[in-house]
Amino acid sequence: MALVLNEEQVMLKESAAGFLAENATVTHLRALRDSNSERGFSDDVWNEMAQMGWAGIAIPEAFGGLGYGYTGLGLLLEQAGRNLSASPLQSTVLVAATLIGELGSSQQKEELLPAIAAGQKLISLALQEGPHHAPQQSALSATLNEGDYILSGTKLMVLDAVSAHTFIVIARTSGTPDEEQGLSAFLLDAGTAGLTVERRSLVDSRSAGALVCDNVRVPAANLLGAPGSAWVGLNRALDIANIGLASELLGVSTEVFERTIAYLQERKQFGRVIGSFQGLQHRAAELFAELELARSIVLKALHAIDDGDQELSLIASAAKAKLCEVAQRATNEAIQMHGGIGMTDEYEIGFFIKRARVVQHTFGDYNYHLDRFAQFSGF
Amino acid sequence: MSDLEQFRQETRVWLQENCPEAMRQQAKGFEDIFNGGRNPEFIHPDQKLWCDRMAARGWTVPHWPREYGGGGLSKEEVRVLAQEMAAIRARPALSSFGISMLGPALLHFGSEEQKLEHLPKIVRGEIRWCQGYSEPNSGSDLASLATKAEDKGDHYVINGQKIWTSYADKSDWIFCLVRTDNSGTKHEGISFVLFDMAQEGVTTRPIKLISGSSPFCETFFDNAIADKKNLVGEEGKGWTIAKYLLTHEREMISAFGAAPKKSVGQVALDSIGADASGRLSNSILRQNIAQYQLDTMAFGATMARVGDESKAGKGLGAASSIFKYYGTELNKRRNELNLAVCGESGLGWEGEEYHQGVVSRDWLRSKGNSIEGGTSEVQLNIIAKRVLGLPDA
Repeated sequence: MALVLNEEQVMLKESAAGFLAENATVTHLRALRDSNSERGFSDDVWNEMAQMGWAGIAIPEAFGGLGYGYTGLGLLLEQAGRNLSASPLQSTVLVAATLIGELGSSQQKEELLPAIAAGQKLISLALQEGPHHAPQQSALSATLNEGDYILSGTKLMVLDAVSAHTFIVIARTSGTPDEEQGLSAFLLDAGTAGLTVERRSLVDSRSAGALVCDNVRVPAANLLGAPGSAWVGLNRALDIANIGLASELLGVSTEVFERTIAYLQERKQFGRVIGSFQGLQHRAAELFAELELARSIVLKALHAIDDGDQELSLIASAAKAKLCEVAQRATNEAIQMHGGIGMTDEYEIGFFIKRARVVQHTFGDYNYHLDRFAQFSGF
Repeated sequence: MSDLEQFRQETRVWLQENCPEAMRQQAKGFEDIFNGGRNPEFIHPDQKLWCDRMAARGWTVPHWPREYGGGGLSKEEVRVLAQEMAAIRARPALSSFGISMLGPALLHFGSEEQKLEHLPKIVRGEIRWCQGYSEPNSGSDLASLATKAEDKGDHYVINGQKIWTSYADKSDWIFCLVRTDNSGTKHEGISFVLFDMAQEGVTTRPIKLISGSSPFCETFFDNAIADKKNLVGEEGKGWTIAKYLLTHEREMISAFGAAPKKSVGQVALDSIGADASGRLSNSILRQNIAQYQLDTMAFGATMARVGDESKAGKGLGAASSIFKYYGTELNKRRNELNLAVCGESGLGWEGEEYHQGVVSRDWLRSKGNSIEGGTSEVQLNIIAKRVLGLPDA
């Protein structure tokens, strides 16, 4: 596939940009934060997104989606990054729907995917257990008991935890932490006896949370895929998730960069605009070059998903690592070049750096993915 | 069978019959490819045979029009020819600044008479060209050049000095930027002229580089003569042509940023070894190599994207500046990593123990990549001003 957007994709990108700039901007995010919104996003905005088909953008038409592929979803996430638009696009559309597509039986897909595509059902992955992404080390236990499984343990960093109707809990049915074998995926409805959902407040003003499973009884029918063999599907879903998050980081980085350039063109010190100083010009130009590289690798990675590329893990880690690096640089330079005003809560740049870091760390940060990239590169 | 498929079949047969055996192995370096000229240097006698056979069909420059000696092939046919040559590992028959630099400028800006005069000789490898751009006091600030051309009716008399003239000592003709007028701004009054180097008023002196080789010369003009029929474009409008060629040159130099055939990580693994988990045993070096390979991959994707965008009729503003800047910086990083991987065996000039000096020479030579064709700093200035719209100081 050529590394350019087709007409359909350009239209999607433009309509997304228009809608989000109107309805889900930093101003809206600030209002959600200041009103202590539990859910961290607006239901009205989410309903409108669903009506436009965004909740099913990458879901095949056979399951009620639009079938635009992940390149389409990536474009939406990039625009969401530009506007810091809060919605369950990441938790439900990017991660959960993908994982169900990878692991679910046809019956589970028929039941869940159309409901997601319609915007009616929110589902979130419960994977992480410590402060770092380490999927093989999942230890939350699931033990067989009279045909059911009993789940015990804690999950952290569950996106949209208080809003999700259902969770996909990664649990260990056999093996020991650090083994890929023995991991299973369970569908677990919110409100199940023994399950506690606790909201956590992160720097990005979005809603995440922790799940505590205290001997939660789950029927075997809730297994997503065969017991003990969730790894391959989970790994692929995480690759796709990281490429989607790289798209969001591209949007965040591009937006802060453009805002910074605009500021350099307008702010005056020593009797001239500060953008005329070569010390700042070269830093801005280097960052521009990095952003061009970032845009290319994100598009390459999105196409790799849709083309069924055999080296998806390598490309996914490349895209995530590169975008972590570029987003970190772009947001740090944005604050430095804005000077004191960039440090104020009133100014919007701070929202971008906070969101960037959360996305960077979600499902593996720069260090995790650079190491993984080297591994898949064979050294 | 489609026309293209038929072309492929015929090309395959022709190459089988006409490409000498000795030319069916990859060139080891830049010096290994035939450069043509009045006093050609043949490393192997089949180089001449191969060049003559290819030139007879215009295939030394397959995309140029037939009327100027080229192959007159379509883009698709050029690609097929390249694929078929690669299939038998046939090396290019001819490589020269005439093909890569002057030719595109003449096709764009030259008169019909100039094209008919000069292009066929380039195709046949008869005349080797060099580029007279930089001067001792006009490097990054190229437009300040001072080499003077006086109008003597039907010819110019040229006095001054050029520097960093690639292979001037081996070249027959020069395409040269000269000042024909001093009255306007520095960009005005520059003219683009062609003249023969085999004349009394031209002398060259090779410059020995830190790498030990001498690809560049100082070139002196002492009443050198250039016929007016060899003024390309209008008098005083040479800067436009110069800029066109600089853009072109940057794209060529940025190709140095392409990924090497065997990855640096693989080379490192072979020479340093892995730990129990299969990771390169020095974790700091591993990180540096991973960062380099990641950027190389993203750079490659950017070259591909810009190529696809230009096919789709879109272009990235100042793309050549980004490529020149990033590609050359990547090449320098690669060479430093190569040195780190080789250790002290990368620091010798000759002998098997020191990789025949290839590692050290390439490393030293790479330092010039971010200077020649416009320094990295000049490229960043161009991006800041032309793309980002930041004002002059």
